[in-house]
This record gives sequence, C-alpha cells and structure tokens, in this order.
Amino acid sequence: MDATIQILILAIPLFMFLFLGLLGKYLSHKLAGILGTTAMGIVTALAYYTAYLYFFSGDPHFQDGTQRLQYIVFNPVWLEFYGNLHINIGFLLDPISAMMLVVITTISFMVNLYSNAYMRDHHGVFEKGFQRYYAFLALFSFSMLGLVVATNIFQMYIFWELVGASSYLLIGFYYTSPAAVSASKKAFIVTRFADLGFLIGILVLSYYTGVFSFMDFTSAPVEGLADTFKISTDTAAAVLVNKFTASPVPMFMGCSVLTWALVLIFMGGMGKSAMLPLHIWLPDAMEGPTPVSALIHAATMVVAGVYLVARLFPLYLQETAALEIVTVVGALTAFYAAMVACAQVDIKRVLAFSTISQIAFMMVSLGVCRPEYHHGVGYMASMFHLFTHAMFKALLFLGAGALIHAVHSNNYTAMHGLRKYMPVTHWTFLIGCLAIAGIIPFSGFFSKDEILTACGEYSTLVYIWMSAVAALTAFYMFRLYFLIFWWKEHKVHDPHHAPHDQPWCMTLPLIFLALVSCVAGFIPFGDFVTFNGEEHTFDLDWTVAGISLTVALISIAVAAKMYMKENPLPDKMAAALPRLWDWCYHRFYWDELYMFITHRIIFGLVCKPIAWFDRHIIDGTMDAFAAITNKASCAIKGLQSGNVQTYVWVYLIGALLLGTVTYICLL
Amino acid sequence: MDLNILCYLIPALIMFCCGVYGFITRKNMIAILISLELMLNAVDINFVVFNRFLFPGSMEGMFFTLFAIAIAAAETALAIAIIVNIFRAAKNIDVREITKMKF
Repeated sequence: MDATIQILILAIPLFMFLFLGLLGKYLSHKLAGILGTTAMGIVTALAYYTAYLYFFSGDPHFQDGTQRLQYIVFNPVWLEFYGNLHINIGFLLDPISAMMLVVITTISFMVNLYSNAYMRDHHGVFEKGFQRYYAFLALFSFSMLGLVVATNIFQMYIFWELVGASSYLLIGFYYTSPAAVSASKKAFIVTRFADLGFLIGILVLSYYTGVFSFMDFTSAPVEGLADTFKISTDTAAAVLVNKFTASPVPMFMGCSVLTWALVLIFMGGMGKSAMLPLHIWLPDAMEGPTPVSALIHAATMVVAGVYLVARLFPLYLQETAALEIVTVVGALTAFYAAMVACAQVDIKRVLAFSTISQIAFMMVSLGVCRPEYHHGVGYMASMFHLFTHAMFKALLFLGAGALIHAVHSNNYTAMHGLRKYMPVTHWTFLIGCLAIAGIIPFSGFFSKDEILTACGEYSTLVYIWMSAVAALTAFYMFRLYFLIFWWKEHKVHDPHHAPHDQPWCMTLPLIFLALVSCVAGFIPFGDFVTFNGEEHTFDLDWTVAGISLTVALISIAVAAKMYMKENPLPDKMAAALPRLWDWCYHRFYWDELYMFITHRIIFGLVCKPIAWFDRHIIDGTMDAFAAITNKASCAIKGLQSGNVQTYVWVYLIGALLLGTVTYICLL
Repeated sequence: MDLNILCYLIPALIMFCCGVYGFITRKNMIAILISLELMLNAVDINFVVFNRFLFPGSMEGMFFTLFAIAIAAAETALAIAIIVNIFRAAKNIDVREITKMKF
C-alpha cells in the first residue's frame, strides 16, 4: 500500500510548525492564520480519507470477514543500538488509531479555524505572537498524531513527551502573565513526574519481555499478508508465559513485576489524563488561551492516558490487579471532580473538572471491561465516550471561549442572562450540556449508557457510584448553563457594546460540533471498535438507559429549580453545608497539600540540609584549596624579579649543585 | 704527536666558562648575546669531538652540529631584532635596567 498519505498526515503539521516557527515573523498575522488553518484542513481531509479506507474499503489488510486487523503502513528503524534492540518510528492503522486520527484532526481543525477570530481583540487587532501560536498548535497536533499511530511503546513515549512539551508552550503562551507561567511549569512538572513512572514501566516491561513493539505484545501476525496483525489476547498470554513463568515469576514487594510495570505505565496515563493524585495541573492549565484548553481537553493530551491503557489492553487483561487499580482510581477521580465542579465560579474551571470527571469515566470503563462481560462492552464504551466527549467538550470550551471573548471575564458572575444576546452560542452550548448530561438523543447519552452497562456487568457498587457521578454531571453542567444564560437579566452598561455573537469563523465550529454531538450517538460504534477487533452490535440496554435518563432529568430539574431564576436557595444551601461547600470550592485542598509537601517537607526538610552541605562542605573544601594556592603564590612571587642575570645565577648554582650531588653519589 | 680527546675538550670547557662569565657579568645585551654564542659553539665543538673519538665510523654528531649552527644563526637574528626594539622603546640596552617582565 502506498504510504504517501500517511506520511503527509505527520509531515504537514511538522512542516507547518517549522515554517511558522522560523519564518512566521516575516508573514502577516492573517496569512499565518490562514496557512495554519489550511494545512490543518488538508491533514483533516487526509485523515478522513485514511479512516474511510480503513473502515470501509474492505481491503484484506484491514479486514478479515468481521474482524478488523492492525496494519503497519510504514515502520523504518529510527535508532539502532545492537542486535534486535532498535527503535522504530512507524504508522499503525487499527480501529482505535483510525478513530483517533478523525477525532484529533477534526478538533484541531476547528480550533485552528476558531482561533483566527478568537486571538484578536474587538477591533480586529491580532494578539502578539499570533504566528507563534499557530506554530505551537501545529506542533501539538503533530505530537498527538504521532502518539496515536505509534507502532511501539518507545515511539509512543517520545511523542508522549512531545505532547507534554507542546502543552507547556501553549499553556504558557501569555508568558508575560505570572499565572500562565506558573501554570505551564506546573503542568510540565506534574506530567513529567508521572512520565517517570511511565518510563520505568517501559523499561521493566521491555527488560523482562525483550520487545518494544505493540504487535509483539498484543497481536498475532496474519498468514500470507505482510505487516498485518490481528489483536489476540493469546499473544499477550504467550508473552507472559514465555517470559514470566519459564523461570519463577520475578517478584517485587509482593507483586509480580508485570503488575508493577503495568501500574507504572498507568501512572504515566494518570499524569496525562489528570487522574486523582496527579490531577492538579489541569485546572491551572486554563491559563492558556481558551481554544488551547479545548484542544488539550477534548482531543489531545488528556485522552492520551486512556489511549495508552486501551492500546495495551490485552496485556492489562492478563493482569486484572492492574485493571482494578485503574477502576478504583477512575471512580474516585470521577466523583471528586464532579463534586468540585459543582462549586466553581470560573466557567473554564467547571469545564476543566468536568473533563477530569469524564476522562475518569473512560478509565473506569476500561477498568471494568472483561471479555466475558457482554462481549467486552467496556472497551468499546470507553472509546465511544472518548469520541463523543471530544466533540461535545470541544463545543463547550469553544462556546466558553466565545462567552469570555464577549464579556472579558471567566466568571459566570459577569455573565448571567446572556441567552438573548448570544443566541448561537446559547443554543450550541445547550446542546453541549445536554450531550454531556446524557439526554437522549444527544451523543453523550449513548456512550455514557454503554459505560454504565459495562459498570453494571462488573459490579453493582461501581454502577451505583458511576450513576451518582452521572447525576452530578447533569447537575453541575446545568448549574453552569443556567448561571450563564439565565439567573437574571444581563446588565448592559453601554448599548453599543452589548455582548453579541462572534464572527463566522468562531460560530461555524460551534455549529459543526453541535451537529456532530446531535448525531454521533447513532454511530454503531461496536461495528468499528471493539477490544479484539471483532465487529459486534451492542444493543442499548433500556433498563440502564431509562434509569440514567431519569436520574439526569431529575438533576437538571434540581439545577433549574436552583439556578434558573435569581433566588436565595443556592446561598442557603451553601450556608447549610459550609464545610462541604468550602472543601468543594477549594478543590478539597489538594493544591495546599501539594504546597505543604513540596515546600515544607521536600524543600524544608530534605533540600535545605543538602543545600547547606553543598555550600559549606563541598564548596568550602574547594574554596580552601584555592585560598592555599593563592597565599603560596603571593609569598613566592618576589623571586621573579625581572632581572635575567639573576635567573642565570640561580640556574647555574643549581646546576652545579645537582652535578656535584650526582658526582658524589656515583663515587 | 698524538692528540688525545682532552686537547679538544679543555679549550671547549674554557670557552664555555668564558661564555657563562660573560653572560652573568656583562651589562650590554649585545655582549650577552656574544657570550651566548660562545657557549653554544663550545657545545658544538663537544659534539664534533665526541663523534670523532667515540663513534669514528658515523657522522651524526657532525650533522647535528651543522643544524645547531643554523638554528643558532636564526636565534641570533631574532635576538638582535628584540634588542633593537628594546632600544627603540627604552633608549637603553642595559640588561639590569630592563626588568619589566616580572610579577
């Protein structure tokens, strides 16, 4: 198969990054924006074409009857060490990577288009660094595309780090604002810390198994076709049997090293996907421009963790202990983030916590997936939710960006009652809220229902827990919606500057994403993505669906009662539960806890003594050497008098003495 | 009469000592340079003599001396140039006055 299109999908964003980054300042702002958007548009078209070929062409490389296969488009050796130890950079087409290509390029194109208008002020003057912004967007898209098509775990790690670096650049885009700078540093350090776990996990796994390639972990080659594989849990089992049970299973602190490796790899996913102890970077990442938040939260970065677990899923299936950890972490995070989202004032922070909560949904869904439960519905549900969530969360963020652009504030206190002024934003935002709350027929309903079905199959406790989170989701999203668009009449200070809908290149992405959110739920996702590639039609479980729909509607009704018209009820409730309200409002004091640990314990008790030792003992020794040398040379410098004949005298006498001594000794 | 090795080495030694004496006692830089040449030539004589008496069959010492003479000539040219420049700068070539090159 010709690989030109797939090469271009990766090459165009990389080229645009280099081109705009190096030559951007010689281009006009407008041209840079148009170039960046056009390039992303082309990549989107190519990615759609690739996904279309993969899913619908019926090529024997892609499909064998009802089973979807994995096909390596290209996979050259990039770094060769010795023997069979080498790192490849390749392009893997399989159900989840093809789906991710569509998601990433769609969202990225929408964000590129939207930013043309968002990154200007009301007079149409472009923001400083506009070209740099587009260069970074291209880099971000490139990194994420490279991540999802990775053929081996090391390529994934490389692009994983690139995603981290480019998110650092974008979050810190307003580098003159200290908040943005510290937010970008926080995001980088926290995810980097998590990536340490990921790296150790990779090293442990590859040390014991001796392979890097995903195909060697999770798939079996298809007879007669080169570069084509089918997903197979037998391979994962065989890898483990050969490597881990031939000799006694290597153990470390009571667990097998495989469990450790998978948990450590999941730790990398926890950092990128903002799971519970490592979530603190994500709310702060809101300091970046709003379209960047849409990109980070919808299509790239945060779903990387889910994607990683999904990619290695056959291995995780062999170690259910690791999957249980995934479930527990996901469930706790989902509930925590939903609680916090109920009490935030900054609309972008509400959306940030809702992202954390929804990503946790996907994690739980992967964690509860077992092949024996309903044909592994959890895996498909997780990927389905990833897809629908990407669309409606991008919609919500871009809508929030339009609102922020109109009122120049992130807080809903400055908004209230905007529905008359910004009708397009209002309707699209409402669709986004309905989708995330899980109301039929919007996309979130279908994917969330599949997740809840999967949870129900696994355990009733998880099902009830996640249903409660879903109810909270509906509540906080509609709290946000009513506080922005209803609550009370909007105060317009100057009739000439009333908030209004934004230009077409900002509303068009909103409308497009809203349409996708309306119809995406009807995609028969099981025909495309399942845990083993086998097509399977999943029927909607109407008991689960009915219950979740009722719960969501009740939550929306409660939100409407509390926030539709201005009333003292919310304040009264906050006053009635002051402790709970404070804890939610302050995000359960996680940031304070981290500050305490880093500043008091690590800096104060560990780093300070080490710094003292370095300054006084190590530096002191070196300083003493220098001082002694200095003193000695000062004392003897008078010998160099400048009188040449004195030197000759001294030399002569010395030579004669030496000669005499030698002579005496020889006698 | 039979010339033994000492007939050569003793004049060379006297020449060398004259050179050392001159180098240490003269004030004029040109005189010091001449003393230096004296020492150098004394050493050259030694080379030739040792070659002639210890290794009569070979010529290395002789050739080595030729090289030494050539290099000495170059060195002298250099030294004269330095002395001329010092004279231009200080109007003086008394070595005891020129003590700027010190700590």
